[in-house]
Amino acid sequence: MQTSAQTRHHLPGDLAVWFFIFAELAVFGILFIGFGVARNLDPNTFAAGRQVLHPWTGLINTIGLITASYLVAVAVHRLRHRQTGVTPLLSGAIAASCIYTFGKLWEYADLYSNGYNLGTDTFFMFYFFLTFFHFMHVILGQIILVVLAVKVKRGDYNGDDMNGMESGASYWHMVDLVWLVLFPMLYVLA
Amino acid sequence: MKYESQRVAMPYFIFALVLFVGQIVFGLVLGLQYVVGDFLFPEIPFNVARMVHTNLLIVWLLFGFMGATYYMVPEEAQTELHSPLLAWILFWVFAVAGTLTILGYLFVDYATLADVTMNKLLPTMGREFLEQPTITKIGIALVVVGFLYNIMMTALKGRKTVVNIVLITGLIGLAVLWMFSFYNPGNLATDKYFWWFVVHLWVEGVWELIMGAILAYVLIKLTGVDREVIEKWLYVIIAMALITGIIGTGHHFFWIGPPEYWLWLGSVFSALEPLPFFMMVIFAFNMINRRRRNHPNKAALLWAMGTAVMAFLGAGVWGFLHTLAPVNYYTHGSQITAAHGHMAFYGAYVMIVLTIISYAVPIMRGRPYGNSNTAQIVEMWGFWLMTVSMVFITLFLTAAGVLQVWLQRIPDSGEALSFMATQDNIALFYWMRFVAGAFFMAGLIVYLGSFFIKGQASPAEEVRGPATQDA
Repeated sequence: MQTSAQTRHHLPGDLAVWFFIFAELAVFGILFIGFGVARNLDPNTFAAGRQVLHPWTGLINTIGLITASYLVAVAVHRLRHRQTGVTPLLSGAIAASCIYTFGKLWEYADLYSNGYNLGTDTFFMFYFFLTFFHFMHVILGQIILVVLAVKVKRGDYNGDDMNGMESGASYWHMVDLVWLVLFPMLYVLA
Repeated sequence: MKYESQRVAMPYFIFALVLFVGQIVFGLVLGLQYVVGDFLFPEIPFNVARMVHTNLLIVWLLFGFMGATYYMVPEEAQTELHSPLLAWILFWVFAVAGTLTILGYLFVDYATLADVTMNKLLPTMGREFLEQPTITKIGIALVVVGFLYNIMMTALKGRKTVVNIVLITGLIGLAVLWMFSFYNPGNLATDKYFWWFVVHLWVEGVWELIMGAILAYVLIKLTGVDREVIEKWLYVIIAMALITGIIGTGHHFFWIGPPEYWLWLGSVFSALEPLPFFMMVIFAFNMINRRRRNHPNKAALLWAMGTAVMAFLGAGVWGFLHTLAPVNYYTHGSQITAAHGHMAFYGAYVMIVLTIISYAVPIMRGRPYGNSNTAQIVEMWGFWLMTVSMVFITLFLTAAGVLQVWLQRIPDSGEALSFMATQDNIALFYWMRFVAGAFFMAGLIVYLGSFFIKGQASPAEEVRGPATQDA
């Protein structure tokens, strides 16, 4: 399953991680389709629900995640070319992703204190479930980034074998990608 | 067999197979009672036979899992079992308690059994699959705790492998979730929640970890593929099993009173529950294609491939058939459920236990390369007879279920047939299911017969490449 970093058109990371990523995307994909179907059945509830959300917080969260993804991509590139500064980049990515984590927690607290929860209506069921499910993925992704940062700092990864680094980075980009669908879907289009 | 203490798996496997026979006998009784309603009445009423059929299944699979664990953990950890004596004591405690419980079901009426076992002190009886008297439930908990202690002491002092970690995680989950069987709230909807935490999170959660670990172990042994490759697959498979299986519990919450969002969550996540099983098929066949050795125990290899395929069909495909809420609205509790239950349990859990038995028992009997050719051929006949019969049982029950839904569920209330009128209309399928069940019994007899065939043990294997350290 190992791929060589030297191959021109190689699959970044481990094949097993890609199986995992596709399975995850399948879960989110089906949830997105479900969201679309439910919205068609009851557009008014969805439009009303969307009004309650804070699009600015959503936008700031999005910027946090995109920044983190950019920093991770640069970190992978630098490690592959045996350049320094990989650990600070990964730490920066973790910090940027925390903008999302805290922003999301604030949103949950705000909505919850105003009486919205999973059982409010179909829109909020999807909102809370989809974003919280994604939130858990972000937390897992952050743990993976911490592990990568520690391993790079300890010198376990020196650019010879990119498998671990690329696997972790691929997973992180998947988490980011899902949010890039979730944000417009929930905050803008619903 | 590298460690003498692995031999303690043997009584567990033997007793598991004895109970398996009992389960199938009662399966046949039930199959006949479906069409000849008063067969064996009043001696063995349908509800008692069903209780015995399902409880025997659960108990013999637990015996099988324990046997598998006692065999695998010392070899994986590269050390003797912490206490073979404890394993023997627990075997007898579990065997005697299990037998007494089944005899209690058969010879005492259920209300008296509840009285005699002082159910009223901590009422836990009377729920499907969890019918065991409270005292038996406590016994099971104690046996499992002792078993886990023995296994974990063994695993902790030796080599830590992914197979052991996944297997033990599954077993700890099994023990922890069993605790919910002691909680029996008065509110029926709440009761069902906790009931499913045992039933669903066992078979569609932690048991999948146990199954994955056993399959991975057998594939490491039979194919000689690098442990690292197999372990990676195992991680991905169990991650998928847990991601889909835990929230997938929601497909049982559709019509029992919980909030409406379970219709969505249950449908979406359980729709993906076939994924880990599909990955097991890819995994098994991929590893076998990449094998570095031709292990002479062909029968064990057949069981390993069979369990992956049949688990995917039974648990995956037949589960998916009726898991979406709009479909389940019509099919809930019909014969389609019975079809799924039969093939899923056989494909996933019966076959994985028979896989490890097929691999380990010849070794424990001094035949490291498997049984003689003749014995293996007979065993494979048993495999095909049982498996094909199970396919037919499933197909006939599915046909019965579809017709049942068509006649009884879909028409408007004024036009729908009553329950019993519907049963009369699908009786032909029940007869065919009974015949398939009889063939299953024949397959089981052939399978058991293979243990008594002597002959020269298989010669040493043929190595297809550099042998690995696990050879």
